[in-house]
Amino acid sequence: MTGSTAFASVSALVRRETSMIYDEGKEYLVEARLNPLAAARGLGLEEYVARLAFDAEERRKVIDALTINETSWFRDHTPYQAFTDAMLPPLLNARAPQRRLRIWSAACSSGQEAYSIAMLLDQHLPAGWDYEIVATDISTQMLERVRAGRYSQVEVNRGLPATSLVRYFTRAGRDWEIAERLRERVTVKHLNLAAPYLGLGTFDVIWLRNVLIYFDAATKADILRRMLPMLAPDGYLLLGSSETTLDLPTDLAAAWQREQIGRVPAYRRASALSTTPSVLTSTGA
Amino acid sequence: MRAMIIDDSRAMRSILRRIVTDLDFETAEAEHGQAALDQMRAGVVPDVCLVDWNMPVMDGYTFITEVRANPEWRDITLMMVTTESEQRQIVRALAAGAHEYVIKPFTPDAIVDKLALLGLLPEGHGVNA
Repeated sequence: MTGSTAFASVSALVRRETSMIYDEGKEYLVEARLNPLAAARGLGLEEYVARLAFDAEERRKVIDALTINETSWFRDHTPYQAFTDAMLPPLLNARAPQRRLRIWSAACSSGQEAYSIAMLLDQHLPAGWDYEIVATDISTQMLERVRAGRYSQVEVNRGLPATSLVRYFTRAGRDWEIAERLRERVTVKHLNLAAPYLGLGTFDVIWLRNVLIYFDAATKADILRRMLPMLAPDGYLLLGSSETTLDLPTDLAAAWQREQIGRVPAYRRASALSTTPSVLTSTGA
Repeated sequence: MRAMIIDDSRAMRSILRRIVTDLDFETAEAEHGQAALDQMRAGVVPDVCLVDWNMPVMDGYTFITEVRANPEWRDITLMMVTTESEQRQIVRALAAGAHEYVIKPFTPDAIVDKLALLGLLPEGHGVNA
């Protein structure tokens, strides 16, 4: 980025409004995402950043541009396999009376994760079962995309099996539109992960993948602490492949039990959540 | 792994060749389906074919039906890479025996992701790994 003051100012704005961290070294990313916005206003990057101080609409666009994550269908593949092979069978047993599953795609971006899960549930849930996927994101622009359920040619090429493309999408001009029966199962909600989780209910599986890396340690711990009551006692939490609970405060790390499913670590609620650090109880003797 | 790249555009063959050689594939090339079949009958049997649809002499669809008709070639993975983007064409290719389908234009990642989906890459490659 041309000016370190401009970068610091954008970085502070994003931090203040979303708790996300853009450290030094991410200048190139900020520049790449803000240049089109500056150009759209006919401004240079530094002029544009200066304008943000008094232009709320542009600030919203900057937040949107900087909180969009890379995504694709069935990202990393193995978590989806673990979901259908190892998580669904016990959940189907346990939820047989209700015949209903609730999934949270937290930080859903443009919706590929939510709709990938919807495709799997469409294939694997027995007849008569119902499901809801709650897709949340901080970017209103992304939430509109999830609602629309339309994806470009380039997007449907990435990670989506051709059999699923023809089964769940129809052509809409140059784009592809997801089937109505999947779209109506996805509830879209605006949510900042660093703010309270109100009115969401509890979930059988929470997908919180590739987003914690953007938060500082304290915010990450706060998010994972507040995720505990959002997850059903026998539910599963999935993090990104480079994310762990190892660096959490001891009591919180103990509250999340890691369960290795093939190559995928899933996190479960420990049976009894203790607020006492386990190191103290175990060193008493 | 060995890939057979079948496309009448030399530029497209070159793009695909670069993508798969970066993944340590050996490559063979043909400018239409018949030339690919000739090479395969002469013993150049690939693990995967990346096949265009519209080509002179023999198109990609016919090539796929020819490969699928030969039990000796049942282990060959077939991936269409084509500008044909109509849904019914994709269904037709899959029904004829194509395993995957990439619509042009594509990003290199799309090819890598599909090869990973097909289990043709070692762990750690593709699908955003």
